[in-house]
Amino acid sequence: MAYASETRERLRREIETIREAGLFKEERFIHAPQGAEIEVEFPAGEAARPVINLCANNYLGLSSHPEVLAAAHAGLDRRGYGMSSVRFICGTQDIHRELETALTAFLGTEDTLLFPSCMDANAGVFEALFDDQDVLIADRLVHASIVDGMRLSKAMRDTYKHADMGHLEEKLAEHQDRRTRVIVTDGVFSMDGDVAPLDQIVALAERYDAMVFVDDSHSSGFMGATGRGTHEAKGVMGRIDIITTTLGKALGGASGGCVSGRAELVELCRQRARPYLFSNSVPPVIVAAALKVLELVGRTTERRDKLEENARYWRRLLTEAGFDLKAGESPIVPVMLYNAKLAQEVSRDLFAEGIYVVGFFFPVVAKGQARIRTQLSAAHEKHHLDRAIEAFAKVGSRHGVLGLGRDEIVARFGL
Amino acid sequence: MNELQKLVRDYVVREYLEEGDTRTIDLDTPLISGGIVDSFSMVSLKRFLEKKCALQIPDAEATPAAFDSVRSIVDLVARLGGKGPAG
Ligand SMILES: Cc1ncc(COP(=O)(O)O)c(C=O)c1O
Repeated sequence: MAYASETRERLRREIETIREAGLFKEERFIHAPQGAEIEVEFPAGEAARPVINLCANNYLGLSSHPEVLAAAHAGLDRRGYGMSSVRFICGTQDIHRELETALTAFLGTEDTLLFPSCMDANAGVFEALFDDQDVLIADRLVHASIVDGMRLSKAMRDTYKHADMGHLEEKLAEHQDRRTRVIVTDGVFSMDGDVAPLDQIVALAERYDAMVFVDDSHSSGFMGATGRGTHEAKGVMGRIDIITTTLGKALGGASGGCVSGRAELVELCRQRARPYLFSNSVPPVIVAAALKVLELVGRTTERRDKLEENARYWRRLLTEAGFDLKAGESPIVPVMLYNAKLAQEVSRDLFAEGIYVVGFFFPVVAKGQARIRTQLSAAHEKHHLDRAIEAFAKVGSRHGVLGLGRDEIVARFGL
Repeated sequence: MNELQKLVRDYVVREYLEEGDTRTIDLDTPLISGGIVDSFSMVSLKRFLEKKCALQIPDAEATPAAFDSVRSIVDLVARLGGKGPAG
């Protein structure tokens, strides 16, 4: 038997180390479709309890929208359940082409290629397009999937301080000897909720002859006046060379991602990107529903407007209650607690009060930057947020953090 | 600290610490294992050393262990015959 008992022992010790470090992640079982109010079984084995969900990426509230469900059912009936093939063998239906065309129009790009997920899009795109003559210059807070994708590429890799345009400019100047420079950033940063200064990034790219890559997973569908993303919000539609994004958050929340952008870049991904070539096709039911999502998003800005209003309202409530927030203009509102244990305790107590939020700490965010990330949805009504703030105020007061800034919280609780 | 150690330390502070970060970097502060320098950002440190000390650091030598403190970085430069700060 190859799974030796020493191996088992060693792996068990590793798991124990994770537990002892307080980093052990446990799933919570949801007995309901995704939404503003859900039934959660936690800890495992307990009866499911109703809670208000403030930690989903269900920004537009479309994850369980009746029209989306109906489109998914219809897709299932018309095009079946699975493709049993990667795209380039026999996994591409007419509706895959239709969705790629719709995404291209929505994002304002030249062409689009679907991937099984945005994680896969990020894993494939850099290796397919760049080699050792090129340099990828990434914001230091880009998503883990971008970090992984950059590692898979032969290109030289460098970084700039988060959203620091002076530092980025230094790097662009330093790398003028490379064939291609690529600036790599998230549109909205997933843990901080701040928005990349894409207008300034594009200006620098033009001055220093660089391409721009944006992962708009936390923006597509709601950032910008018509929800096209960060490039719309910052007035640079048509000037981003590569956009990757997901269908797994605002755009229906099921799964699937894409690379969208300059026609030649997308074509090279179709020829070479390994997750596209070697992983199964996005299933028809998701493709059909995603087409409906884009139709809904194109029909009216009501949902993104409501999301914006909810985010503004929630920020105001938290600020008035005395919480320390990260500044931002997205529906990601991080409540800063700095200390990891404190963040864990506050989220646990909030759960007991019927509010589902999650504490994030090292290694997901930098040491000493622990927080509770709250995320708004167009599915939230004011009464949800009013109920949530009562719980936040109660728990915040119990822990004595209300009205305290960073230095005072750190002085009291340590880092 | 000698001149080269100071040069490396100052570069690390400027390049890797965010504004308001009050951590001090001394000869043995763990840079990579301490989460101050990530493996991607090592590139800029390597290029900086190569330029300043007029040497080539082979990729096989540019390991996270060799780049983990100001002391080990300066030792590496010495071992590779770097000339010290070239003006
Ligand atoms: C910025 C960013 N990129 C990519 C992904 C991965 O997307 P997907 O779930 O489609 O793989 C995420 C999701 O967590 C993300 O936040």
